[in-house]
Amino acid sequence: MIEIKNLHANIDGREILKGINLTVNKGEVHAIMGPNGSGKSTLAQVIAGREDYEVTQGEILFNGKNLLELSTEARACEGIFLAFQYPVEIPGVSNTTLLKNALNSIRKYRGEEELDAMEFLTLVKKKMSLVELSEDLLRRSVNEGFSGGEKKRNEIFQMAVLQPKLAILDETDSGLDIDALRIVANGVTKLKSPENATIVVTHYQRLLNYIVPDFVHVLYNGKIIKSGDKSLALELEDKGYDWVIEEAAELV
Amino acid sequence: MNSSTELKELFIAQFQSFENTLNGEKELPMHQIRKDAIKKFSALNFPSVKDEEWKYTNINPLLSKNFRPADSIPEIDPEFVNKYLFDKKEFITLVFINGYFSKEFSEIDSLPEGLILETISEAIKNHPDLVLNYFSKTASTEKNIFTALNTAFADHGTFVSIEENAVIEKPIQILYVTKADDIFVSPRNLFLVSKNAQVKIIETYAGFGDRSYFTNQVTEFIVNDNAVVEHVRIQDEQLNAFHISTLSVDLEKASNFSSYNINFGGSLVRNNVNTKFNGGFAECRLNGLYVTQGSQFVDNHTSIDHAKANCLSNELYKGILNDTSRGVFNGKVFVRQDAQKTNAYQQNKNILLSNDAIVNTKPQLEIFADDVKCSHGATVGQLDKDQLFYLKARGIQEKEAKAILIYAFASDVVHSISMTQVRDHLEALLAEKLL
Repeated sequence: MIEIKNLHANIDGREILKGINLTVNKGEVHAIMGPNGSGKSTLAQVIAGREDYEVTQGEILFNGKNLLELSTEARACEGIFLAFQYPVEIPGVSNTTLLKNALNSIRKYRGEEELDAMEFLTLVKKKMSLVELSEDLLRRSVNEGFSGGEKKRNEIFQMAVLQPKLAILDETDSGLDIDALRIVANGVTKLKSPENATIVVTHYQRLLNYIVPDFVHVLYNGKIIKSGDKSLALELEDKGYDWVIEEAAELV
Repeated sequence: MNSSTELKELFIAQFQSFENTLNGEKELPMHQIRKDAIKKFSALNFPSVKDEEWKYTNINPLLSKNFRPADSIPEIDPEFVNKYLFDKKEFITLVFINGYFSKEFSEIDSLPEGLILETISEAIKNHPDLVLNYFSKTASTEKNIFTALNTAFADHGTFVSIEENAVIEKPIQILYVTKADDIFVSPRNLFLVSKNAQVKIIETYAGFGDRSYFTNQVTEFIVNDNAVVEHVRIQDEQLNAFHISTLSVDLEKASNFSSYNINFGGSLVRNNVNTKFNGGFAECRLNGLYVTQGSQFVDNHTSIDHAKANCLSNELYKGILNDTSRGVFNGKVFVRQDAQKTNAYQQNKNILLSNDAIVNTKPQLEIFADDVKCSHGATVGQLDKDQLFYLKARGIQEKEAKAILIYAFASDVVHSISMTQVRDHLEALLAEKLL
């Protein structure tokens, strides 16, 4: 589904990603772990098309298309969804406005009919139950005055409505208590299908108890230095990152 | 190019021809007011950027034109008029074209009790005492050359009088449409709201055609004790138009006045909004929005005079400026020595959508009382990059994402308008300008 080849990216002239190679097939869940500042969030943002980053080398293919040539919005329409680490508050724009515009923009891009108000409402209500959000949220401004947990649940709710092919969860577990974590993880798990894929960017193993990854990658200093299955995550939880970093250093 | 003296002489000569068309009316007291006004006009000078009040507003482009008074109703596409009109079943509707009352587009049959609604020229004949008691009292011709000019030519416009205790449920819409044909129009409104009365009035100014024109407009409002008024002013003049207006409001005891001053059109626009508390416990809300593009220039000068104690004023003006357009906001709030327990809040916020748009903002508080709550502030910024990225990352096209954010920015100016049709209309006009 997505093929990342030798990806290098800068911000303000500083190189953050230093040659990432990663392939994710449909139906798979990949976890990207690593210490702070290793480039995890940068990778998520570069895939989503954040313009602050400059890609200096490499390519990203998404279902055969050159992703780097597409705008942020076109990438979303192609089926990429970034669940933000820090969901943005947008006073004056209701969740309904956001979702209706997003959904219809995506449908239009795919040559599908736009949904009318009733169809939209029916769909949205169905998806809300998935993350245990109440309907009054729809009228509220996007993320304004939301608790940390509500913001993350709202991200997963949006994902449920927009039904992406590839979801990238950027530190979705950060700032969540155990109940919120369970709700979010359940939501993600229910949305999983053989047709879509998920990249979970996380610092801690605990989210992976709920969203079980097929592959785990360790990102350090802008490169993937080790890959393995879900047992790698447990090992990291147990022993920390230092041993992986040392192991990688010896290989150089 | 004219010198400003030549233009003045041109207007004075035109006044003489206008006078000759008045025939019998010449003997009426009203005409004395006009003659006094043209005298004031001839004694005053057109302002230049050396005048503090016109520091950022260069009117030379206006002075270089030769405008003649409008003298007839042009042909007009009904669709253009209807675009600005609300449902005539739910609104009392008056339409003026080139300053002339259009019976065809208006709907003023079966007016509710307690309401007098006439063209100003009819009212001068039918209710001379009422009109003369108030006409040209709140909007002074002493210092403002444009008000003097409007008063001299005051013949077209609307007179509204609401009697005591009358609550007029149907909003009154007054639409002034002008054909851009090198003419000038001088719409003049006088709105009297008696004690305990309530009314909603919408004034709209729009134009069509390729040439230029000049709308020089004055509205006077008398809001008596306990009266409640909602006033919406929509300015969507054609983009070569000049538009200068004065809204003067006298607020008596415990009255409540909400103003929405919405600006989309015009090449050079200057609005003066002057409100004065003549009695205590009154409230005044001034909301403003200016949305500009191309090389448009829009200047809003507001003043709120807390002459009496225990009053509240709340002012919010917002600007959205694109391309090389310019905006000016100058908001004065005076709190006089006797005006204790005043609450006065003022905000001006602007979003610049391009690197070349400019706004000059000057919120001013002058406080002479010591027991008051007052605040003021101004901001100039751009669309929030993080918000824009968030919307785009959800698949929303850039243009629409920007429009959504701009509409959100504008919405708190208009969201408290009580008339749904008016809010929807403004939303549609805003979308038309943005997309």
